[in-house]
Amino acid sequence: MTTQNQTKNSIVRFLNINTSGQTGGRNLPLWRQLLLQLIAIAILASVMFPIMYVVTLSFSSKTTRPSSLELFPKEISFVAYQQVLDKPTGNPVTFIELLRNSFMLSMGVGMAALAIAVTAAYAFSRFKFAMREVLMVLVFIPLLMPAVGLSTPLYLLLNQVQVKECKDGATAIQPFTTCEDGSKGKLQFNLRDSLFGVGIAMTASALPFAVWNLKGYLDTIPRELEEAAAIDGADANQTFWQIVIPLAIPQLAVTFFLGFIGHWQEFVLTWLFLSQPKDYTLAMTLYNMTGQYANAIPWNRFAAMAVIVALPVAIVYIALQRNIVGGLTTGSVKG
Amino acid sequence: MAVAKSSVGKSKRKNAVLPYLYLLPAFLIMGVITFYPLIYQVIISFTNFESKHLLLGLKSPELEFIGIKNYIDIFTAALPVENFNFFRVLEFNFWWALSNVMLHVPAGVLIAVLLNTEGLWFKRLYRAAYILPVVVPPLVVATVWTNIFDERYGAMNQLLTTLSMTFFGGTEPVYIRWFEDVTPPIPGFLPGAPLTLAYYAMMIANFWLGWPFMSVVATGALQSIPKDLYEAASIDGATGSQQFWGITVPLLRPAMIPAAVYGFTLSFNLFNFVFFMTGGGPARSTELLVTFAYNLVRNLRWYGVAAAFAVIIFGVALVVFLITNRITRATQNYQEA
Repeated sequence: MTTQNQTKNSIVRFLNINTSGQTGGRNLPLWRQLLLQLIAIAILASVMFPIMYVVTLSFSSKTTRPSSLELFPKEISFVAYQQVLDKPTGNPVTFIELLRNSFMLSMGVGMAALAIAVTAAYAFSRFKFAMREVLMVLVFIPLLMPAVGLSTPLYLLLNQVQVKECKDGATAIQPFTTCEDGSKGKLQFNLRDSLFGVGIAMTASALPFAVWNLKGYLDTIPRELEEAAAIDGADANQTFWQIVIPLAIPQLAVTFFLGFIGHWQEFVLTWLFLSQPKDYTLAMTLYNMTGQYANAIPWNRFAAMAVIVALPVAIVYIALQRNIVGGLTTGSVKG
Repeated sequence: MAVAKSSVGKSKRKNAVLPYLYLLPAFLIMGVITFYPLIYQVIISFTNFESKHLLLGLKSPELEFIGIKNYIDIFTAALPVENFNFFRVLEFNFWWALSNVMLHVPAGVLIAVLLNTEGLWFKRLYRAAYILPVVVPPLVVATVWTNIFDERYGAMNQLLTTLSMTFFGGTEPVYIRWFEDVTPPIPGFLPGAPLTLAYYAMMIANFWLGWPFMSVVATGALQSIPKDLYEAASIDGATGSQQFWGITVPLLRPAMIPAAVYGFTLSFNLFNFVFFMTGGGPARSTELLVTFAYNLVRNLRWYGVAAAFAVIIFGVALVVFLITNRITRATQNYQEA
């Protein structure tokens, strides 16, 4: 620790960084300004390096892999984007379907987690009751168990819900009804092999974060408002719906969006559960374009796909940046 | 709404029931999709559950209870899997999370302090650009960096080639097999778990991804430090570094510790990133607990062993959670705060 401190110390002394951001102002000496600019530009270069690399690749029309380093586009060609939009993978699935699947999955999981979490977060934030600590630890259990750890039982559980068309034309909904003639019937729908089922499974891992993030924010809302409402004769439910929820809307939005991003790139459960190309998501497609499966994929197409997957999330994140960071820190900074 | 109708006399009892009503939806759902699978997982961790049992589950006639054999196999590396040693993976997993946080937090703080310097030109431009790694989904980051570290066409080897040819008079193109080489470049750096080049490649990529978030948190905290503190300190003759260690660091600590804990738990289970970059290779040297669990389920299909492994991960994560919870006191409630 000491050596680390000393090196940091010397860095601070060397740069003579004014940590207060107060004095100095316009009379920051020129040599120091230039030195700091140099460092800032070096950091900027390192930040931009992979971004420029992938953007340049995506605008290239060459299907061969890059033979030398190019960080600025020599040409602006949308061939790769067009190819990705036309036929993203070898599988029979269109880009619009991939986008829709990803969008519905992240949206659904984000919304479901939010709706279920908000009342729980309120209970944990505002009430004192028996078993509070125990229940709270229980809610956080999925944080300790990565999605893959619960995948087998969830697979078996969801696999039991199937809709089948029997030989006599009737429809059986397992596990509630089975075909009367005892035949297995033709499989129409398997909850496990559907986006809906995967969404249910993903909600399990989305809940704890939503509860934690909302509780942290609710803790910061002054109780006086609720007390005043109670004096005015509002019962607990009215207080919750009419006072607390409206105040928490910014944080609800942030929690939803963080859930959305988290599951925009969900890979484990989708890859384990889904077998039909029509249900594939953008994240799964991106995996198909890299690593061991990628030998046949031109890199310009991969790059275009990477940009497409990243862009929607990046844009919303930048737009909501202030709220997200504020939300994350109010959720955590305490005591 | 039965609760709303209850009379004043019952209000005490009503208040006792109310919190549980608010918790009901969450626990109903979690009962089905979290606790039931969890218990199921514990049960099959004591069996020889395999693909052939998937159809009937626990009702399979030939499903055998084999006691703690799965656990013993995992701990004693008796699984017929090449290059697997539980304790090496565990050690690597901890080191991976720790080494990431140890780099991200100081870098994030220093860069936040740099950008907080009054009078620095283009401050807004830098702030806007430095946030970019945070907004790109880690999955995309991992795939892009995988290609950057490609041994034949990757940008990293090309960059190193350019640098070596321009500055060091090199004539041969640099050809580093980032994801293939199994000899650790610094032998004995982490006793018991050799760190291959793939680890360093992942560290570079994850550093790119990780410090900006820490910097964002630090910037927020820096801006909430009252400026009179620094004025008073300079009147008293404190130097820049004295102010940094005496004011900035202590006041950043409440914000940075939870951020560091968050970063630690995030890195600890960074499945998407590691899986997309190295898949745990080469020779399982960059395998995390989660990526190995995934391999057990997806590729090897030993569900019983995988279940035992998941229970072990749970135990490890529980220890981590209890320690970090101590640090952040996340479960502290409103009144106690």
